Amino acid sequence: MTSTLIRSARVRPYAMTGGRTSSRRPLLLETLVSVPGFDPTVYQALFAESRKIYALCREVRSIAEISADLRIPLGVVRVLVSDLADEGRIRIHPTASGAGVSDHILLERVLRGLHTIRR
Amino acid sequence: MGYTPSAGNLSSSAISTKIVIAGGFGAGKTTFVRSISEIEPVTTEAIMTEASDGVDDLTATPEKVTTTVAMDFGRVSLDEDLALYLFGTPGQDRFWFLWDDLIRGALGAVVLADPRRLADCFPAIEYFENSPSAPFIVALNCFDGVLPYAIEDVRNALALGPEIPVLTCDARDTASAVYTLTELVRYAMSLTSHPALV
Repeated sequence: MTSTLIRSARVRPYAMTGGRTSSRRPLLLETLVSVPGFDPTVYQALFAESRKIYALCREVRSIAEISADLRIPLGVVRVLVSDLADEGRIRIHPTASGAGVSDHILLERVLRGLHTIRR
Repeated sequence: MGYTPSAGNLSSSAISTKIVIAGGFGAGKTTFVRSISEIEPVTTEAIMTEASDGVDDLTATPEKVTTTVAMDFGRVSLDEDLALYLFGTPGQDRFWFLWDDLIRGALGAVVLADPRRLADCFPAIEYFENSPSAPFIVALNCFDGVLPYAIEDVRNALALGPEIPVLTCDARDTASAVYTLTELVRYAMSLTSHPALV
């Protein structure tokens, strides 16, 4: 029966997303998301994984952190976050990086930030 | 989870960026991330389906429809509005397609190399040489603090161009890891100020 269990575990992630494996929004691993105004009524109305994401993102979280914290595969997180954003329930923060070209001002800011690390 | 989330420090207007830590299996990627991350390095899983066709021999295992691959990452809040994420590449070379996802939007990459097993980092260097969107540097992780060769010998052994920074580091040491990232950022800045060199 082990094989049945493994198989169901594999199928389940796609059941959460209605079979979809890609999101409409470009969500990078480091893209931050947050819930601007947590609404308990919205929370109650959401389904399991979306509900967990909605609750977790009361604090700013990245796509990768959501996946690791809630143990939901990355692809599923992307689809569900994209849906929550479409419904206006979650905010997707812009990422610092542009279209593959490093921005000098951003790099200077990163450099300043690295200088402050003293541990 | 094995860490205390402190993302509450990030403001609601925070933005993020990332640096990729690449290298062969056992080169010290997770150690490097750990020595600088404010969170315990965590692992997330990506589930692959069609992307692994042609890599996995699916005909031999028709039941196998997905491949799970784990990635380690850490985070540094550079200020309350800017989070830097560090992503370690998966150790197995066959997950190249995942590297595209990792590198998209990255400031750059550090290729960690164990000087005793230099050849292990060849595939990573080859990947970044063919992926001009992200600058990379090579950091020789010297576990005992001593490099048994001259840096230039390593550069020749790795067939690196003279423009690629090569330095030594100790992945266990926070100051050394910070210095390594600083060198990568300085190198990336030199490329943006002199686009003709790209």
